[in-house]
Amino acid sequence: MEIKEFIQNFADQFEETEQDVFAPDTNYRELDEWSSLIGLSVLAMIDEEYDVQLKGEEMRSTKTIQELFDLVSSKL
Amino acid sequence: MAFLEVKNVAIRGVSACVPKNIVENASFYNDWWGGYEQFLAATGIAQHRNSTPEVCSSDLCYKAAEELLGALGWEKETVEALVFVTQTPDFYNVPATSTVLQDRIGLSNKCYTLDIALGCSGWVYGMSMLSSLVRSGSIKRALLCAGDTPTKFCAPTDKSTYPLFGDAGTVTALEYDETVSPMQFAMFSDGSGYKAININDGGYRNPINEASFELKEHGEGKVRNGLNLEMDGESVFMFGISKAPKAIKSLCEQYGIDMSEIDQFTFHQANLFMNEKIRAKLKIEPEKVPYSMQEYGNTSCASIPLMMVTRTAEALQTKKVNHIACGFGVGLSWGAVHFETDHVVIPQLIEM
Repeated sequence: MEIKEFIQNFADQFEETEQDVFAPDTNYRELDEWSSLIGLSVLAMIDEEYDVQLKGEEMRSTKTIQELFDLVSSKL
Repeated sequence: MAFLEVKNVAIRGVSACVPKNIVENASFYNDWWGGYEQFLAATGIAQHRNSTPEVCSSDLCYKAAEELLGALGWEKETVEALVFVTQTPDFYNVPATSTVLQDRIGLSNKCYTLDIALGCSGWVYGMSMLSSLVRSGSIKRALLCAGDTPTKFCAPTDKSTYPLFGDAGTVTALEYDETVSPMQFAMFSDGSGYKAININDGGYRNPINEASFELKEHGEGKVRNGLNLEMDGESVFMFGISKAPKAIKSLCEQYGIDMSEIDQFTFHQANLFMNEKIRAKLKIEPEKVPYSMQEYGNTSCASIPLMMVTRTAEALQTKKVNHIACGFGVGLSWGAVHFETDHVVIPQLIEM
């Protein structure tokens, strides 16, 4: 599982944010566009693309895209 | 696997009663928390019905029962079982509310009554249980009452619960009938997720005490006490989008059901975004998946029958309809059922 592809899948859940904003160390919850709806879309994307079902508190324990990627990788 | 096939039971009628009082989320959401548009996009819930303090879920079901018995022309003594699904009973379970309802409605003493304490999965579970009683023919007519007043256990200061729920009471009338096709069920539970939707204090595990009433902040915009509903929206969403489609697939596989022959899919009405994800996963056309949460919110065990009464009554009254229904949520508990209806009696929605 590649982080580049994961970042792309992650970024696809946003509509207004510039592509170059998304990097491994991006603190995703601090993005202007972040909302609980986008949070749910990200969870759904992780389920659809990677067949990983995260729990609420697991996702909430991550801050950066890298951390989220690591969490999902650990469950593959 | 908890599969069940129940022959010889027909759904004869469905009725529903909701409080007259409409609470519109737009009127307070932005004042309290901001971000109403996003909330609406995520949940689809614009308004819900909130009962006044003296009204219980049994009152809503009582009205629905009186209306349905009248519309069906059923003599009260012919009803031999009443099951009441609720998580908001009249009393602190002593006694069960189903017996109180038996008396209020005026059913005979020769009546089997039982409460079932389930929420979102409650109608499907209730149907599995009550139809199993009726299948052998010795209990010919039965009422499944499913109602809740969840607005009463949500803290008005908690954005993760208060705007989502609505009150309703419903009744589904079952009758022994050797000519109908069987009902087929696939039922599941996962107690490891019990904390995802729960009320912490007030039972025997965490008895009520002074601290139970103290309001605490559980994140921005989420102020509630130990007697209020707590819900981990993200975990419930993940649970819904993964378990509901799997349950329906298992059901269809087990019983050789061709999904393309299903006319109507009725999912528990909790969250539009979640239900649309479920629909997409199962590749079902939008016309086959009606929604009512926009107007009534999440009405717990009442949501599936309430959807039938408010959105699809005409089809159910005039045609044969092939259904799959799926309830999923608190417990965690979930179940899917395949059944057919043929010219069902559906009175107009009652408001009280």
